[in-house]
Amino acid sequence: MITIKNKTNQSVQAALFLLPGFILFLTFIVGPMIYSFRISFFDWNIIFPEKSTWVGFANYLEAIRDPIFRKAVLNNAVYTLVTVPGQMIFGLLVALLLNQQIRGKAAFRVIFYLPVITSWVIVSLLFEYMFSGQAGLINYLLRDVLHIIDQNILWLADPVLAFIPIHLLGIWKGVGWTAVIFLAGLQAIPIQLFEAALVDGANRLQQFRYITLPMIRQTTIYLVVVLTAGALNAYISNLLLTNGGDPLDQTHFILTLMYEETFGNLEFGYGSAISYLLTIIVFIISVIQIRLLRNQEQV
Amino acid sequence: MGNHRKNLLSKSLTYFLLLAGTVVVLLPFWYMLITSMKPQAYIFELPPRLWPSEVSLINYQKALQTDQFGLYFMNSLFVAVLTTASTLFVSSLMAYAFARLKFRGKEVLFYFLLSGMMVPPVMLIIPQFIVAKFLDLPDKFLGLILVYITMNLSMQTFLLRGYFEGLPKEVEEAALVDGASRWLIFWKIVLPLSRPGLAVVTIFTFLFAWEEFPWANVAIKETTKRTLPIAIALFQSQHLTEWGQVFAASIMGIIPVVIVFAVFQKYFIRGISTSGLKG
Repeated sequence: MITIKNKTNQSVQAALFLLPGFILFLTFIVGPMIYSFRISFFDWNIIFPEKSTWVGFANYLEAIRDPIFRKAVLNNAVYTLVTVPGQMIFGLLVALLLNQQIRGKAAFRVIFYLPVITSWVIVSLLFEYMFSGQAGLINYLLRDVLHIIDQNILWLADPVLAFIPIHLLGIWKGVGWTAVIFLAGLQAIPIQLFEAALVDGANRLQQFRYITLPMIRQTTIYLVVVLTAGALNAYISNLLLTNGGDPLDQTHFILTLMYEETFGNLEFGYGSAISYLLTIIVFIISVIQIRLLRNQEQV
Repeated sequence: MGNHRKNLLSKSLTYFLLLAGTVVVLLPFWYMLITSMKPQAYIFELPPRLWPSEVSLINYQKALQTDQFGLYFMNSLFVAVLTTASTLFVSSLMAYAFARLKFRGKEVLFYFLLSGMMVPPVMLIIPQFIVAKFLDLPDKFLGLILVYITMNLSMQTFLLRGYFEGLPKEVEEAALVDGASRWLIFWKIVLPLSRPGLAVVTIFTFLFAWEEFPWANVAIKETTKRTLPIAIALFQSQHLTEWGQVFAASIMGIIPVVIVFAVFQKYFIRGISTSGLKG
């Protein structure tokens, strides 16, 4: 009897503790998601929603057939394939370096973390300035110091070269975070494993290959999934460095295109369809990555 | 002897690589700082100088006086502080229920909440905009704050639940026997014991709210309500060459972040390694 009463009592209490959070969660995440799903099947009229017309899958089909959308997907794919390995390689390197008995460890950690905590807006503008075609620092270094190029490059006016600053920024900004997560993984490895390996005469490379890498597998899976989702959702750097798609809608990411269609052209239905397509892409890729990486473990 | 030399070599290599990394990370920041102190005439000087020929604070003065960056700074601070305080409160309430109370459907509800982490935040912008319009929230700080709290809820509740579960149960049980209410236990025992966990939530949420751009860019159109990130981005798009002022405002935007990070650094690293990454 007492336990039953206690349990109902606890349920009431739990409801009170959970209420504020779930009201917000339903109002600003779940509700909007459902609503957005609905919108994506309409030619949505933002001023008179009741005048919107049902178009079925037309928005989705339009996106899939649209060469600009396809280019945006390709741009995101390349960005992901460049920046995810880039962040992971440099992040692991930094973590390995910091996981030793060295002086100034805390200072290095703060320094490498600085780009992570600086807002995307600020670092994007900073890269825009450094890569400016006029008298940018990068052009100066390449032309007058290293003599690699003999003319200033107009980085941001070129549909291919514009991605160099965007990719470099993606890696530069993310390495610190990746390193901290790797560092946590490295510090969780029992030191006895290395001691035993040392007794067995394993050199550093062998230790890395047969102890470190397998022991940080969980960390690695986590990073691959999270970084990939992040790269597919990249948005601010592209918006600020190329105004979204300049030149000629060639440099869009999926989200800058979504933003332009929605708030520039007021195509809310089409924009919603694009964001759902992106969510589906991210979800499928995450599942595949988790499956693949888990399976490798069992083999 | 050979071993010693090998050690020395590896140490030198370590420091060399770390210092090289430091240069790559800090050079852009240094360049930003220097540029923020250059008068307009030197913004496109050739060769670009990494050491200013003339130091001036004119950009900071202009940014604060004629371009209202002081106001935008205060807007951002207001939004970030309220977001952080509210997120701490709301998510620790939820985390406590999930960590300590027994009720039906607990697991289901918890995973339902966690699914919020899977949703790419930018995809919510369209419907959030429509909901915000419906609730008459555009151009109000409340519209920013409510959305920011919600976007942090899943992650922070997850972190805190992990933290609360790690606390020893004995004190709470003794208090229950003595007839203390759940609320009292939560407020007087659990929260004070959880400072490191709460510090992690504080830093993540503050940084998020301080730098958030996509939602603020959509939700705020009124000039006086702008937060710092949108104010900086808009200023740059309207004054394409006035990089000195852009970076003066940026430096002002970085300072609070660095302070928060420096103060909470210890908690932050610990937080990531103990609760952020277990699964």
